[in-house]
Parts: sequence; structure tokens; C-alpha cells
Amino acid sequence: MSDGPSFDRKKVAEIHAHLHSHLPSDSALRVKALETVLVKKGLINSETIDRWVEVYSEEIGPKRGAQVIARAWTDAAFKERLLADAGAAVAEMNLEGPASGHLKAVENTADLHNIVVCTLCSCYPFALLGMAPNWYKTAAYRSRVVREPRAVLSEFGVELSADIAVRVWDSTAELRYIVIPERPDGTDGWDAEQLAALVTRDAMIGTDRVLKIKDEV
Amino acid sequence: MDGIHDLGGKTGYGPVDVAEPQEPFHAPFEGRMWAISRLARAPGVTIDWWRHVREMITPDDYLNRPYFDSWSQTTMASMIDAGVFTAEELIEGAAGDVKSTKPARSYDQVLEDNKGFAFRFDRPLDKATAFAVGDSVETRADPTDGHTRLPAYARGKFGVIHAVREAHIFPDASAEGNEYPEQLYTVSFKAADLWGRSENPDDCVLLDLWESYLGKS
Repeated sequence: MSDGPSFDRKKVAEIHAHLHSHLPSDSALRVKALETVLVKKGLINSETIDRWVEVYSEEIGPKRGAQVIARAWTDAAFKERLLADAGAAVAEMNLEGPASGHLKAVENTADLHNIVVCTLCSCYPFALLGMAPNWYKTAAYRSRVVREPRAVLSEFGVELSADIAVRVWDSTAELRYIVIPERPDGTDGWDAEQLAALVTRDAMIGTDRVLKIKDEV
Repeated sequence: MDGIHDLGGKTGYGPVDVAEPQEPFHAPFEGRMWAISRLARAPGVTIDWWRHVREMITPDDYLNRPYFDSWSQTTMASMIDAGVFTAEELIEGAAGDVKSTKPARSYDQVLEDNKGFAFRFDRPLDKATAFAVGDSVETRADPTDGHTRLPAYARGKFGVIHAVREAHIFPDASAEGNEYPEQLYTVSFKAADLWGRSENPDDCVLLDLWESYLGKS
């Protein structure tokens, strides 16, 4: 039976050191060891793990965020609700989930660009964007984007002119941020489904800006 | 704590790897660890204690081992600490397959379960807010030994209240087992006020900060 956490830093440092010297180095073997002991304790089912992996490989990912953005572009009343309380607005669309409880939407305009980071861990709006790209979790992105966002954006191929201000949102609390990119020119009359296909994951993080209209196949 | 996790503004990290594959998981263990993180958490372990356990991973492991490996390390250590299983059970468990006794969830059930993760962290608080939108504030300059969500780069800096949020569980105390709410704000800092210079005078960084991190300026 569990006794609950000790909240004792010294004890945890000792556990980390013990595991460091006794567990295999390979990450897959470590996760396997964790899964095995949790299965043995009756706390987890391996088939349920398989289902979660499938759900996050197939259903829950940036296409959900793209649906939200496309609806905001085509439904002014929804966009107003999204900007006021994005968590409630995505729940209207049945898209709530991990990290959507305090979701905020921030809007790009002709003279403003938003970009999101979590410098302290790697907080991310999983329910809308799925798994974070690895670069989002790296020391390079987390250290640099608050200090030199334009240099980082340039590495993503986004060159911002001096008349566009940058807002970097560091997700230090349980608020999560999703960027509403500008709707591309030349999409008048497009429906939400067509528009959603244009919205990239990176645009909703803020490392992409000008969405491209793909050629018709 | 002034740990390795507190990466915002640190210099010396290289370019961001923007050429990463789009697939949500780059190795099977990543997906399994993501699923385990949804399915098993030790009783009494708050998000803040869990993050603090992660922050105590040795700096070389924190920087060099894969992201989801650090989640497995954190989950293992917090579960051993809480008495869910012992280090010996974990280390021995790495060998051999075991059969799950906990009932499996279907794909559609997991999609539904996922919606239950839209947790909220705001709590009622019967206390007047100290600051209003537009107020100038100065962040506290002193470091803490424990967990905090005030990054080092934003300590002792001048900013402006951008938004008054709800009262949220205060992470510094929650990581020590004391759960109570405190007023949360989004604070905007001019880039030049954080770094002594900026890429553009209009750029700013916004952080979500609790009331006790802030003083009037």
C-alpha cells in the first residue's frame, strides 16, 4: 500500500542516485521495468497502454487544434468565446483533455506575433496539439526563445520585419497557450474543413507564421 | 531551486533542430511512457511535487537523456518515495512478462477517458486582488531552496500586469504538501528589462505569476 509522498528532497535525491546506478541505461528497458512493476501491482493494463498510444497517434494531435482555428476564422461568435475562455470553447467542440482546463488563445495580427514556450519543464496543450515536438522540449528552444525569439524564428524560416512585435508566452502556471494564426489571403469562401488543412502545428505554437495555400491535387 | 531545469535565457545552447520527423512518437517507449503517465500516479502526488521530483534528476541526466526517459525516472522516483513499489521490485521487474489483471479500456473508452484530464487548478479565494491590469510590479529577487514557478531570469525584474487570472493552487507550497490557492496574474516584461538589450524595442515576454512573487513598484 502507498504511504503517500514524503515531500522530502533529500530522500528523492537518494532514490534518483540509487536508480541511476541500478537500472539499465536504455530508456526502453527502463520504461519496460516501470510498466512491468505497475502491471504486477494490478495498477495498469498493458492493452490500455496500447490504446492510449493509438489514440494519440491517430486521433489526438494538431488536427484538433486546426479544427478550432478554422472554426474561429469562420464563426465570429465562436472566436469571441475562444478568446474569452478557450478551455470552455474547445469543450463545446468536445475537444477537452489534458492541459485544456485553462487554455488561452492568443491572436496574431499584422503587427503582432505570438510564440509559446515552457522554460521550466515543457508544458504543452496536449488535448489540442497532441505530443510536443522534441525541439519544444530541448534546452536550445527553452533557453533561447525567451531571449532571442527572432533568431529562433529565423531558424524555423520565419523572418519578422521590425514593425511586427513579438510576444513570448512562458507557460509558468497551468494556463496553456495556443496561437491563432492569421487567416491566409485567397481563402474567401473556404469552409472550415478546407481551412483546417492549412493550419500547421508550428503555427499554433508560434514557430510558423504565414500559412501556405497548398496546391490543389 | 536554481536547478538545471530553469533554462530560460541561459546562453550556449545551439540551434533548434527544426528538421525533426512529424510523427508524434519517435520511439515506442515514448508512447508507452505517455500512456503510463495518464494511467498511474501515486496517491497524494501533486503536479507540483511531480515536477519538483523531475527537477532533482542529476543535471547531466536532465540534459542528456531523452525527454520521456525523464518522465519515467520521475514517475519511478515519486512512486518509490510514496511506497507504491520498492526500488528492488522495480529493478527485478525488468525481466519477464506478466499478465495484466486490471480490466482493459477500449479505444473509444480511452477517447472518453482523455476528456477527464481537463483538470482545473483554480480554487475559490475570498481575498481582494493586490494588483490590477496596468499596474507596475517588481518580482521578488530572492531564490528559494524548493520548487517555484518564478524562473531565475524573471527574478528582481520590473513588469506590468497584463491580465488578472483566477486564484490557482500555489505551486511552491503544493510541492511541499500544502495545498492552498493564491491569486494568479499574467505579467508582461519588456525584453530589454529582462536581458539588458533586445532584438526589437516592442518585444516582450509574458509569464503567469502568483501574487507572492510580486511587489508594487
